[in-house]
Amino acid sequence: MMLRSLQSLGRQGIENVATLGRAGIFLAASLFAIPRLAGMPLVIRQLYREGVLSLVIIVVSGLFIGMVLGLQGYTILVDYGSEQAIGQMIALTLVRELGPVVTALLFAGRAGSALTAEIGLMKATEQLSSLEMMGVDPLRRIIAPRLLAGFMALPLLAMIFSVVGVWGGKMVGVDWLGVFEGSFWGNMQASVDFHDDVLNGVIKSVVFGVVCTWIAVFQGFDLVPTSEGISSATTRTVVYSSLAVLGLDFILTAVMFGEL
Amino acid sequence: MYSRAIELAVGVFILLGLGALFLLALKVSGLSLESAGQTYRLYGEFSDVGGLRVRGKVSLAGVTIGQVKSISLDPQSLKAKVEMEIRSDVNYLSRDSIAVISTAGLLGEKYVDISVGGDEETLQDGEYFDSTQGALNLEKLISNFATSKL
Repeated sequence: MMLRSLQSLGRQGIENVATLGRAGIFLAASLFAIPRLAGMPLVIRQLYREGVLSLVIIVVSGLFIGMVLGLQGYTILVDYGSEQAIGQMIALTLVRELGPVVTALLFAGRAGSALTAEIGLMKATEQLSSLEMMGVDPLRRIIAPRLLAGFMALPLLAMIFSVVGVWGGKMVGVDWLGVFEGSFWGNMQASVDFHDDVLNGVIKSVVFGVVCTWIAVFQGFDLVPTSEGISSATTRTVVYSSLAVLGLDFILTAVMFGEL
Repeated sequence: MYSRAIELAVGVFILLGLGALFLLALKVSGLSLESAGQTYRLYGEFSDVGGLRVRGKVSLAGVTIGQVKSISLDPQSLKAKVEMEIRSDVNYLSRDSIAVISTAGLLGEKYVDISVGGDEETLQDGEYFDSTQGALNLEKLISNFATSKL
């Protein structure tokens, strides 16, 4: 009994390590298959599906998150008579943390799950193997454009999220609650540094983009080709992406802003 | 299989994203296009810099004219040496100007405030402020007051 549970633990461990290895080889192989100029239409099509179609959810959530930040920030700061600092608070929170992180979480749910399900169904209906039979490399034709599009889409979405959020916060703080507009922008510009804050946020979102798309595409490529396999792989995509994003965010924040 | 509309939408999407970065740079972080390239350096030795930070502002009559470039300890005088970058169009700081570390608001951040004197000669690149006044240390002030000879 003891031995058996120990054995199953060992098997689980070996399987996990093997999956990680497969994922690494898969990423490396797909990156070598990145399409040249002739493959650009494929990338553009995926950019449309992963980026443009995610735009609505990103803009709406960015707007509301910015508005909530404005409202909450105002009610706390007004007690100390420093409600002008609201611009700085909103901008720093969005640019450093919420922009990249929330965008990545939404992206995993909106685009990542769709990628997994699509590739999974292609595998289940043997479209991937038939491509191979026809002498078309599925990594080049199917996987690489999706990876590349994901890498590009997430940073762009994160920047749009931050801008919309700042605008939403300005709407609540300045237009509704009556914070003076000059000090709103002035405090913000005095405290937000382009290199330290904005660019580090962009770097974060690039990292999240790579991780989220990688997980989504690999889960689709590696799943058990049954309907149950597709559903559990889709779930895994969202769960793993979210955990990876939140964990990595802490590490990246510690590296970027940690020196106190 | 894929149409012009998709290409167009993707183009707009990429433009939106880059536009957002542009807005973040200009509007949110206040990066100005006319680069801060033209500056000159002045130094000041302070007995106490308090909470002055690198990138803190240097102002004259409340107008920002530069920023703090670095803060280090001078091993000879045991004072804090503050390196300041001043915009080069502000080239009329007289030699007897005073640099004071003050606080914005009651709890705000520390900045260097410069009061101009009446000297004809002006401070040049790499020169030191003759007279400086460090940050007001509230605790020291209170302990002086409590223990002292008033």
